Amino acid sequence: MTTPSETVAVQAPEALPVVRTDRLPLLLVPALALLALPFVGSFSTWVTLTFAGLAMGMIIFIIASGLTLVFGLMDVLNFGHGVFITLGAFMATSVLGLMTAWTVSGSLLLNLVAVLAAMLVAMTVAGGVGVAYERLIIRPVYGQPLKQILITMGGMIVGEELIKVIWGPQARPLLLPTAFQGSILMGDAAVEKYRIIAVVLGLLVFAAMAWVLSRTKAGLLIRAGVQDREMVESLGYRIRRLFIGVFIVGSALAGLGGVMWGLYQQSVIPQLGSQVNVLLFIVIIIGGMGSVTGCFIGALLVGLLGNYTGFLAPKVALFSNILLMVIVLLWRPEGLYSLGKK
Amino acid sequence: MSEPLLKLEGVHTHIGAYHILHGVDLQVAQGELTVLLGRNGAGKTTTLRTIMGLWQASQGTIHFEGTDIAAKPTPEIAQSGIAYVPENMGIFSDLTVAENFILAARGSRRIEDMDAERLEWVFGLFPAMKRFWQHPAGLLSGGQKQMLAVARAIVEPRKLLLIDEPSKGLAPAIIQNMIVAFRELKRTDTTILLVEQNFNFARQLGDQVAVMDGGRVVHAGTMAALAEDEALQQSLLGLSLAAHQ
Repeated sequence: MTTPSETVAVQAPEALPVVRTDRLPLLLVPALALLALPFVGSFSTWVTLTFAGLAMGMIIFIIASGLTLVFGLMDVLNFGHGVFITLGAFMATSVLGLMTAWTVSGSLLLNLVAVLAAMLVAMTVAGGVGVAYERLIIRPVYGQPLKQILITMGGMIVGEELIKVIWGPQARPLLLPTAFQGSILMGDAAVEKYRIIAVVLGLLVFAAMAWVLSRTKAGLLIRAGVQDREMVESLGYRIRRLFIGVFIVGSALAGLGGVMWGLYQQSVIPQLGSQVNVLLFIVIIIGGMGSVTGCFIGALLVGLLGNYTGFLAPKVALFSNILLMVIVLLWRPEGLYSLGKK
Repeated sequence: MSEPLLKLEGVHTHIGAYHILHGVDLQVAQGELTVLLGRNGAGKTTTLRTIMGLWQASQGTIHFEGTDIAAKPTPEIAQSGIAYVPENMGIFSDLTVAENFILAARGSRRIEDMDAERLEWVFGLFPAMKRFWQHPAGLLSGGQKQMLAVARAIVEPRKLLLIDEPSKGLAPAIIQNMIVAFRELKRTDTTILLVEQNFNFARQLGDQVAVMDGGRVVHAGTMAALAEDEALQQSLLGLSLAAHQ
């Protein structure tokens, strides 16, 4: 290839555009935490509540991140996402049930292996069921939002009933392994060990997703597809294959979130997924549908607000998330991070 | 005369209840720049989108290199060597200029994998792309976005470029930049099907011209012949070239 034979006679105006990063939503999480401090009063209680809120937020993020990408990429409203959470949680009860000797031993290593095994099995099964779910339930209703809502809600109900058939309708205990129980003292504040683990794991998942989305070609394709899937196809990429991959990963992450949620609550019920579903949609609407960063911030806000209001005004906690969503949408009608979707 | 690179025969396209294309016949010869002219709503954009498979032809054939691509999915059509620059430019505004390039270069996973010599050639055509390499594409001006859209289409060699109104809404200086770039593309024997409404822009570049009206091609011939025949321009396009100079 040679250099252009004709000199480019007229140059376009080349004023450097100013790169402005929209950091305002990022400040909401520390702002909410600081705002709550004077109302809570006691610093140690505030630390405990903040860790609890962050842990819950991280678990919600892990569950909701796949859902937001699935919507962003293909405009698919999957109201059946909750079934993967429940499935993951129940798989964990079975796996940890088989490894009771390991979970009750005092060995941190054995405890870790047991939990990691439960997480791996839950993610694999949830991802595997996700393949069938996408093929049988989602694919026939691409581009038909009303049918999507109806059929995915139906899928949720059928999935929940199947879980009852397999594991029974009763609540099943999902106890924390011995090494994960108890609290760590931070000054006067007691912070449960598991909450710290949940925060660390949530940050790792967020970092991994951020890396994949910004450093790999598959990640770039996902981000581009969320914005303009027609153009991605015009460049020669099969967006449906990409979507199936995202759906599987999203289902597996929901399974992982189910394990973490179950361990957080120390028991699981077949209705777990349907109970969490509403919360997930609130989070992804707050964050801006399709935005992983928005989903992360939205999840943390929901987790923190739920804990603060639960402590300060339990009745307000019943609708605090809806209130948060209304306030955010009044400020930014497309959520914290709008993707300028075409 | 050799077989054209692209040949549409009797192509009809329906969008929902609307019948947009009513039997389009069009040929694009290898190595030439064919301009598709016509008033708003004549079916020019629909023709490009139908070729790309973004809207399926309900009737007729679209042969590219002798193969009927009318029923093929868009990614397969793109992989066969057709690049498309839509009217809205299709820029991924959340991604940087570099990331936009990487996605267009199907054979490369990273910037380092891209053909450096070709990249420099593209930068020669559109120097702003090099300058704004790491900038989010959404922050570029309208003209720079159009340059990115065209640059992205040629970052790897393609057999046919489909470009929809590249001069739309651009300042005269940037249009001139585009003309220079398209002349360079012509020099490299690139086949282009260009939709335009700016006749002066089209006249400077086109080898062949097809004029559409009411979802059909109503005139096809050389651009030189149309440019010289004011009466024909008046009857086909409702304009005279003099008014555009």
